[in-house]
Amino acid sequence: MESIKPVRNPEELEKLHQKIESERGNEKPIVSICISTGCVALGATSVLEAFKNGIKKTKLEKEVEIKETGCLGFCEQGPRVTIYPDEICYFKVKPDDVQEIISQTIKENKIVEHLLYTDPITRKKVRRLDEIPFYKDQLRPLLENNARIDPKNILDYIHLDGYKALAKAITQMTPQQIIEEIKKSKLRGRGGGGFPTGIKWETTRNAAEQTKYVIVNCDEGDPGAFMDRSLMDGNPHSVLEGLIIGAFAIGAKEGYVYVREEYPLATENITTAIDQAKQYGFLGEDILGSGFNFNVKVHKGAGAFVSGESSALMTAIEGKTGEPRPKYIRTAVKGLWNKPTCLNNVKTWANIPLIIMKGAEWFKNIGTEGSSGTAIFSLVGKIKNTGLVEVPMGITLRDLIYKIGGGIKDDNKFKAVQTGGPSGGFIPEEYLDLQVDFDELDKVGSMMGSGGLVVMDEDTCMVDSARYFVDFLLEESCGKCIPCREGLRVLSKILGNICEGKGEHVDIGIVEDIAFTMENASLCALGTTATNPVLTSLKYFREEWDQHIKDKRCIAKVCKSLTNFYIDPKECQACLICLRECPTKAIEGEKDQVHWINQEKCEKCGICYEVCKFDAVKKLSGEPIPSKPANGMKPIRKGVKQ
Amino acid sequence: MKTLTLKIDGKEIEAKEDMTILEAAEKLGIQIPTLCHHKKLEPYGACRICSVEIETRGKSRIVAACCYPVKNNLNVTTRSTQIDKIRKTILELAAVTAGEDAMGEMRKLASEYNADLSHLRSKTPIEPTRCILCGLCVRRCIEATWDSVIGFIGRGTKRQIALYPEKASICTICDYCHDVCPTGKITSTGPDPPFPQIDDVLAGRE
Ligand SMILES: Cc1cc2nc3c(=O)[nH]c(=O)nc-3n(C[C@H](O)[C@H](O)[C@H](O)COP(=O)(O)O)c2cc1C
Ligand code: FES
Repeated sequence: MESIKPVRNPEELEKLHQKIESERGNEKPIVSICISTGCVALGATSVLEAFKNGIKKTKLEKEVEIKETGCLGFCEQGPRVTIYPDEICYFKVKPDDVQEIISQTIKENKIVEHLLYTDPITRKKVRRLDEIPFYKDQLRPLLENNARIDPKNILDYIHLDGYKALAKAITQMTPQQIIEEIKKSKLRGRGGGGFPTGIKWETTRNAAEQTKYVIVNCDEGDPGAFMDRSLMDGNPHSVLEGLIIGAFAIGAKEGYVYVREEYPLATENITTAIDQAKQYGFLGEDILGSGFNFNVKVHKGAGAFVSGESSALMTAIEGKTGEPRPKYIRTAVKGLWNKPTCLNNVKTWANIPLIIMKGAEWFKNIGTEGSSGTAIFSLVGKIKNTGLVEVPMGITLRDLIYKIGGGIKDDNKFKAVQTGGPSGGFIPEEYLDLQVDFDELDKVGSMMGSGGLVVMDEDTCMVDSARYFVDFLLEESCGKCIPCREGLRVLSKILGNICEGKGEHVDIGIVEDIAFTMENASLCALGTTATNPVLTSLKYFREEWDQHIKDKRCIAKVCKSLTNFYIDPKECQACLICLRECPTKAIEGEKDQVHWINQEKCEKCGICYEVCKFDAVKKLSGEPIPSKPANGMKPIRKGVKQ
Repeated sequence: MKTLTLKIDGKEIEAKEDMTILEAAEKLGIQIPTLCHHKKLEPYGACRICSVEIETRGKSRIVAACCYPVKNNLNVTTRSTQIDKIRKTILELAAVTAGEDAMGEMRKLASEYNADLSHLRSKTPIEPTRCILCGLCVRRCIEATWDSVIGFIGRGTKRQIALYPEKASICTICDYCHDVCPTGKITSTGPDPPFPQIDDVLAGRE
């Protein structure tokens, strides 16, 4: 391998770009295989092996390139393989399919129909990504390069015009001009709070202290979110380039990338990216011949939810227990080691090169007046298409859930959607046409947060859901301040009582008082936002609370203490299955005699409900259980349900 | 150092730039309750009982007076229905671990703010530790010993004060941890050094 010469100016970068271009050509087939967590869990590694072996066997090594890339978001359809230059997308690829792909698509330029995605509505096979309903309404400036880049190869990034934004910023713009451009773009922080990025940079730059720091926040503590991981796994140089531009604009000579411990691939890829960027002269001393020096270290974090909070994250980098501290003086003025520090989320940094290259106007034209650019959501819950999506800010919840998400699973009825992670609010059906952005979500009691988006259907109990998130946050609270620690403890207890049918009418007032105190007086945003699920549940689904408390009834039939299982004698076919499966022997009956659940013995495990082939087992809540049918009652015969 | 002008409960006051609202209020003779604060220690901001309302540029919000630095033209309200409600709830929440029979500053404030210390405790009947985790003893100990014989362990509701046995020998029985305890939990220092058990320190000699 020839030794690497650092790139010393924009002209040399252009030359390097041209060299890569001419060496690679445009016609050479590329097999791009996603080796991110989602696809690997579904077997991508053996698909990759099969390709390597197959290409070797067919002696195509020189003609075909295999690229191990990052995630494209539609993980449930993985393993995903894309064949360039025609960008043919194959889903659910198995090692056995590889031979066919090589002989058909790579050699003959023919499509392997059965590996294409089938549009669930038109039933048509779809060849290209942008024809798939899941992708059609997306706009993916941040994520789209994930399939084209081997994250461990800086040349792939440079080939796609990587580090040109840095060259432009450093040689053609002053730090003030960069900050102006970011301010003009109206980019807001993607870590949840939505703070204007340009203003944060300016505050950090203008702070009196000369030593300044920049930090990437890749804690991503929200259990359902993996957008930051997907960028760090798949396109680490985009984050790094943003960070270097930011450091130059702010005047920082040192930076940190804080990655949660549970993200080994992200850590590995960003570390490789840093090493390569150094070799090529984008990091270190005299970057691109400009005289600007900047170095980056990777810090592995403990990965608790609260560690992502800015002051907790900084104390952790300082080597102390990662705990929030009062920050009435902004971390932009007094942050890491009390020096001015600019902390931004992974996605915030990754947006920077795009804004510098394409201009603030381009960025501002995407999204809404108050929130420009795109947002990345992770769609989960009772929705047909789950995965990562990138959409322009301002898209309606309806489009997100029905067009991109494909609607509610099993065509059930929609009940609510939670945005923003564990401390996001539940948004009811009446707001489905809400345009999703920082301010609109805030208005209805939720938030943008981490970009989690959990869809809930009619089988979800809204009191139980509030209890679930309170319990999660109680586990995650650092325990330092009283409102958050004790508030969550008491809320958890009260909500648990209500779900168990032990709720009292006064409980609602107590919940409201505690929530008011937590919202206003907690030390950090974990406590001030932790009440969102509870308060939105109370506000939009109050009747469910009243039913739990007064009628001892859970209409979703989720709360076990309030639900009974009952066998409808008119439906029971006396097949003995439930009777045999019941672990507590609570079911009485015989062959040819309808069955009956002895409520005293029933432990409500729900096995009878699951195993009944005739839908004869019903759930009852808040209504009397009909009395036992006459002894020896014969079943009313009907056919087995298909 | 710059001097700033602000208003606390309608009274104008000049304060130095590095002062907190709590310190400025004290100059005016206005008492703001505290549980985790001590004049000689760094502000910690954990109990939130010192919550006050501030108004800047037409927007009002609630901040912890012990940490919030004074600003020009700040308008501070230290008592209001909202503030009293928050303080009452905080005391009732603190009582979950402190116990309904908490002593010291807790007891005094409970009567001032009409807090029923058994109200929320009855909803979450756990064994009271008599500690509200204000951290005063820990921070006082750091000041006194340049290290700390006691510290926090655990997170969330498992957070507690513990003695670091390997550090017991540096304890000088200065009694400061006892002096600063707002619930009366540390009623006296432990037996002669070295401390055998943290419970001896914390439970004290009744
Ligand atoms: C409990 C809690 C958890 C947080 N977790 C994260 C996180 O995982 N990632 C993140 O970028 N920001 C997180 N934040 C927000 C950060 O405090 C901070 O606002 C953000 O990193 C700033 O970057 P931005 O301006 O680019 O949004 C969290 C905040 C709180 C209160
Ligand atoms: S005295 Fe201010 S938070 Fe405790």
